Amino acid sequence: MTHWIIAPVVLPALLAPFIVLAARYHIGIQRVFSVAGVVALISIAAGLAWQVSDGSVLLYQLSDWAAPFGIVLVGDRLSTLMVLLTTVLALFVLLYAIGSGWDNRGRHFHALFQFQLMGILGAFLTGDLFNLFVFFEVLLIASYGLMIHAGGNARLRAGVQYVLFNLVGSTLFLFALGSIYAETGTLNMADLAQRVTLIGPEETVGIRVAAVLLLLVFAIKAALAPLHFWLPSSYAEAPAPVAALFAIMTKVGAYAIIRVYTMIFPPDLEVTSGLHDLWLLPAALVSLAIGMLGVLAAKKLDRLVAFSIIGSMGMVMVTISLFSPAGIAAALYYIVHSTLAGAALFLISDLVRTGRANLNLVPHPPVMGSALTAGLFFVGAIAMAGLPPLSGFLGKLLVLDSAYGTDLVVWIWVIVLGSSLISILGFARAGSILFWKAHSMDPGEDPGDVTRPTVLSYVAVGGLFSLLTAHTVFAGQVHGYTTRIAAQLFAPDAYISTVIDTPGKLSKPKEDH
Amino acid sequence: MELLVASAIGIMTAAGLYLVLRLRTFPVILGMSLLTYAVNVFLFASGRLTIGAPPILRDDVTAYTDPLPQALVLTAIVISFGMTAVVVMIGLGAFLGSNDDHVDDQPDTSTPKSEGQT
Repeated sequence: MTHWIIAPVVLPALLAPFIVLAARYHIGIQRVFSVAGVVALISIAAGLAWQVSDGSVLLYQLSDWAAPFGIVLVGDRLSTLMVLLTTVLALFVLLYAIGSGWDNRGRHFHALFQFQLMGILGAFLTGDLFNLFVFFEVLLIASYGLMIHAGGNARLRAGVQYVLFNLVGSTLFLFALGSIYAETGTLNMADLAQRVTLIGPEETVGIRVAAVLLLLVFAIKAALAPLHFWLPSSYAEAPAPVAALFAIMTKVGAYAIIRVYTMIFPPDLEVTSGLHDLWLLPAALVSLAIGMLGVLAAKKLDRLVAFSIIGSMGMVMVTISLFSPAGIAAALYYIVHSTLAGAALFLISDLVRTGRANLNLVPHPPVMGSALTAGLFFVGAIAMAGLPPLSGFLGKLLVLDSAYGTDLVVWIWVIVLGSSLISILGFARAGSILFWKAHSMDPGEDPGDVTRPTVLSYVAVGGLFSLLTAHTVFAGQVHGYTTRIAAQLFAPDAYISTVIDTPGKLSKPKEDH
Repeated sequence: MELLVASAIGIMTAAGLYLVLRLRTFPVILGMSLLTYAVNVFLFASGRLTIGAPPILRDDVTAYTDPLPQALVLTAIVISFGMTAVVVMIGLGAFLGSNDDHVDDQPDTSTPKSEGQT
C-alpha cells in the first residue's frame, strides 16, 4: 500500500500550523514555505496522476481498517486529475498573492491557504461520503477566513451571506447523509453503490429523498440555478487571489456530482430515474443563460467575472447531466479550461483595479501599464467567451458534439450558442468601456504615485494563460485522457472491487459470505 | 418514542427554516442553530432508536445499538458549533462596521456615474 496518496492531505495539514506557530511574524518565511509546499504538492499530484493513468485504482485504508468499516482514500484517473488541476492553479494564485501583496494585507493568509488546499484535495480523494462532508467543512471554514481576508465592511457583509448560505448547505448535507445511512447502513461510496441496487422497488422513498437532497447540496456548491445566489457577491467581494482559488471550489461540486451520480446513483438506476434529464439538465441550461445574461448586465467588472463563472458552471453541468461517456469527457475538458480561465479573469480584474478607485464599468483615465492589462483582459475574455483560438472554443465544440443526438439537442444548442453570443457582447462592452473609452477621458490631475502591478503578478497571469495555451495545443491528448476517465467512471466495477475486496483489519474471510 | 423524536425534529426544522428566512443576522443565526440541533437528532435517529443497549460488542449481549451515528453526531456537533461561532464573529464584525445587520444586499445608493467622476 503506497502512502503517497494521503500526502496531499497531510502535507498542507502539517504546513499550515507550522506557518502559524513558527513563522507568524515573518511574511518572507511564510511565503517560502507556502510556495515550497505547493510545489511539493504539484510533484506529488503529478506522480499520483501518472501512477493511475493506466487505469489502476489506488487505495489507502486509514489505520489499515478495511472498507466499509474504515475510511478510505481512493485515487483514480478523475480524482488525481482534479488534484493536479487544483495544485497547479494554487501555485499561480499563490504567486499572484505574493506578487500583488494581497497576502500581507491581513494575517494568516498562507496558513488559511494551506488549510483550504487540504480541504479541496481531501474532498477529491476521499472514498467515503461522511469524510467528504468533513473535507467540505475543512475547505469551507478555511474559505470563510480567506473570504474576509483584509477585512472591509462590504467584504464582511458578503462574508456573512457566504457563510450563512454554506451553513444551510452543510445542514442539508447532514440530512442527506442521515437518510442515506438510515436506508442503507453505510456511507462508503463503493459499498453504497452495491447496496443501493439491493433496495426493492417498493421501498425507495427514503433513498430517493436522499438522492435529491445530496444533489441539492452539490448543486449549491456548483452554483447551479436556482441555488447560485450566494456566488456573485461572495466572489466579487473576496480578495482577487482568493476568488481565483475559489474557481476550483465550484468544480468540487461538479466533481461530487460526477462521482456520486455515476457510481452510487448511475443514470440507469430505477430509483433515481428522471433526476438527471428532467431536473438537472433544465437547471443547468437556466444557470448557463443566467450567468451569461449576468455578464452582459453587470455594472462592475468583478461581478461580471463572477457571473461568467456561473455561466461556465452551467455549461459544465449541461454536459455532465447528459451522463454519457462523451458528455463527461467533454465536461472534464471544459472544467480544466473554465477553472484556469476563470481564475485568470479574477486576477486580471485585480490588475485593472490598480490605479482605479473601484471596478465600476465607467470610463476612467488610463493609468500606467493599462495597455498590457488590456491585452491580458482581451485574451481572458476570448478564453471565457469561447472564441477561437483558445481552449474555450474547443471545449464548446466538444459540448455541442456530445449533445448531438440527445432529445433536447435543439434546446442545448440554442442556449449554448445564444449565451455565448451574449457573453461575447458583455465582455466586449466591458473591455471597450474600461480600456478604449479611457483614452477619450481627460487625464485630469496626475494621480502621482500609482503603484504598478509587480512583474510577479503578470507572471502569474501569464502562467495561467500558458497553461490554457497548452490545454489548447494538446487538446487531442487531453480529450483522449478525459475520454479514458469517462470510460473508467462508467465501468465502476474496478473501483468498487478495489475498495471492498482489499483485505485489512476486520475484513471478513471470504468463506463467511 | 418514535413519534416524539420525529415531531421534535420536524418542529425544530420548521422553526429553524422560518428563522433562517428572516432578514436580520441574529434570527438567522438562531435559526441555523435550531436547524443544526434538528439535524443532530436526525442523524442520531438514523441508526434506529434503541434504549439501554450497548454500542460495543460484549459477551452474552444480543441487542446492540448502532455506534456509528453517535460518532457521526459527535463530528457534526463539533463542526456546527465551530461554524456558529465563526458566523457570530463575522456577523458581529459586519454589524459593527456598517451599523446594519441585514443579511441581504441593500440597494446600492451610490451611482456609478458620480463615483467615476471623483
